[in-house]
Amino acid sequence: MGNALAIHIHDLHKTYIVSEREGGVRAALASLVHRKKQEVRAVDGISFDLAPGEIVGFLGPNGAGKTTTLKMLSGLLHPTSGELSVLGFVPWKRDHDYLRQITLVMGQRNQLVWDIPAVDSFELNRAVYRVPAADFRKALDELTQLLDLGPLLKKPVRNLSLGERMKCEVAAALLHRPQVVFLDEPTIGLDVTMQRRIRAFIAEYNRRHGATVLLTSHYMADVVALTRRVIVIHHGKLLFDGDLSALVERFTAHKTIVVTLGDCTADLSAYGEVVSCTDGDVTLRVPKAETARVTGRLLADYPVLDLTVEDPPIEEVIDRVFQQEIP
Amino acid sequence: MRGIADIYAQQFKVTLASFIQYRAALVIWLIGHVLEPLIYLVVWSTVSRSTGGSVGGFTAADFAAYFIVLMIVNHLTYTWIMYEYEYRVRQGTLSPELLRPVHPIHSDIADNITSKLITLPGMLAIAALMSLIFRPAFHPVPWAAAAFVPVVLLAFIVRFLVEWTLALAAFWTTRVSALNQMYFMAMLFFSGQIAPLELLPHPVRVIAFVLPFRWTVGFPTELLLGRLTPGQVLAGMGMQFAWLAVGLVLMRFVWRAGLKVYSAVGA
Repeated sequence: MGNALAIHIHDLHKTYIVSEREGGVRAALASLVHRKKQEVRAVDGISFDLAPGEIVGFLGPNGAGKTTTLKMLSGLLHPTSGELSVLGFVPWKRDHDYLRQITLVMGQRNQLVWDIPAVDSFELNRAVYRVPAADFRKALDELTQLLDLGPLLKKPVRNLSLGERMKCEVAAALLHRPQVVFLDEPTIGLDVTMQRRIRAFIAEYNRRHGATVLLTSHYMADVVALTRRVIVIHHGKLLFDGDLSALVERFTAHKTIVVTLGDCTADLSAYGEVVSCTDGDVTLRVPKAETARVTGRLLADYPVLDLTVEDPPIEEVIDRVFQQEIP
Repeated sequence: MRGIADIYAQQFKVTLASFIQYRAALVIWLIGHVLEPLIYLVVWSTVSRSTGGSVGGFTAADFAAYFIVLMIVNHLTYTWIMYEYEYRVRQGTLSPELLRPVHPIHSDIADNITSKLITLPGMLAIAALMSLIFRPAFHPVPWAAAAFVPVVLLAFIVRFLVEWTLALAAFWTTRVSALNQMYFMAMLFFSGQIAPLELLPHPVRVIAFVLPFRWTVGFPTELLLGRLTPGQVLAGMGMQFAWLAVGLVLMRFVWRAGLKVYSAVGA
């Protein structure tokens, strides 16, 4: 460990104690006297490191422990056990020198003051983060240009659309030029154009300032566009840490073969599972190991106009990953 | 220090802008602050008139002066933080504040001072109007008026610290309103808001001397009205400093303990 790593996590645990009871009056009365406590292991022994400047996708189904991990990394939550350091700081101590170098953006929470123009919230952030006036100008100009904030800055935040507000939220979170950026569902609820916009911006911010970015998203398009490396967790445990392509490789049992025959009359079910047949394009699903053999047979047996072999869509792969427990 | 001043200046602008959005709420808030002392004023003036002109040395005009000044002092030292923390903790709006490199108490103080500055002219106008109607007996004493400035400032700081610390109960329970209710009942009685403490029985006055309430409302009021001797003022300021020290220690302790709970159960 040490300062060479932007983020270091080793055997990190977070256990919540929650009291639970059955529904109904009797259970409610009983719980007055005796409360049943239950341990919930939100994060259950995960380890990973991030080098400075890396963008990493942090994936997992709802309740996997992603947000809990991000909250521990940013310093909001105290880990139950394990090692955790970011930029050489212990996050939960929330040292002001630490907080000035990080940011946490949560797509479902807003930090801008609702009733005033975004630019006034930006000024408040400038004061809070002690950004020198010249640096602030520069950062604001850059963000205004990259995110096209010009027309939005002077409108009260409550009059902005969700997408416009998110752009301002992201800008507010980055005005102090943090070295480590935690993004929790930054594109949630946004339309495709706005998602693309935010995504392009994150990539640009990372490129320009060499910031380390850890990103959670349910939109695989975000992950594919931004990250090469992904970390997948499920039930608080690490499932996978590596290249996105390796993830696809490892969790894909099938490949998709699209054969263009010109018509749909041929029955290809002997070659694989026929998924669809439209306009003479037959889509087959075949076991990965069979791909080469099936392709050869198809080419030999039919007058094939065109043939492509594809990995299944990334959503499907991720779904498979989430469906299974530890491989 | 300049950094903090900058934060206060910016927070001032933010609060000002937000307040302008909620003018109606501001008026309602102001009315609430006027009604309570007005009711006590009317009740006590009526009582004094019906008992031959005075109660325990207070004439109707004395009561008028007492409650008008009390209204302004209460306005200056009032906080609403106890109503807010429960929401902050439950809704998680405290979390982003914790990730800023500044203690969250600063934005609360700045917010409070701004609101006071905005509403003070309205409050003074109402006080002037009430003076025309109720003809209070003011006997200004120059040294007491001068001492009023530091005393009311101390009163504000003490009340802010005590109530901010109590508001932190929200870290442990989601039913802070019950606690608030208890606090405000004690406040009403021991601060001199229901009646001047001079009129209350001796044991009550002894308790009021020990508790913080009187030092945040009744004491500055009595001082400005010239009802205190220099010795009493010094003793009162001593108590204010004592509560300031207690408040600071408690606040730091409770804040740390509360954050521990907050960051253990899920911020």
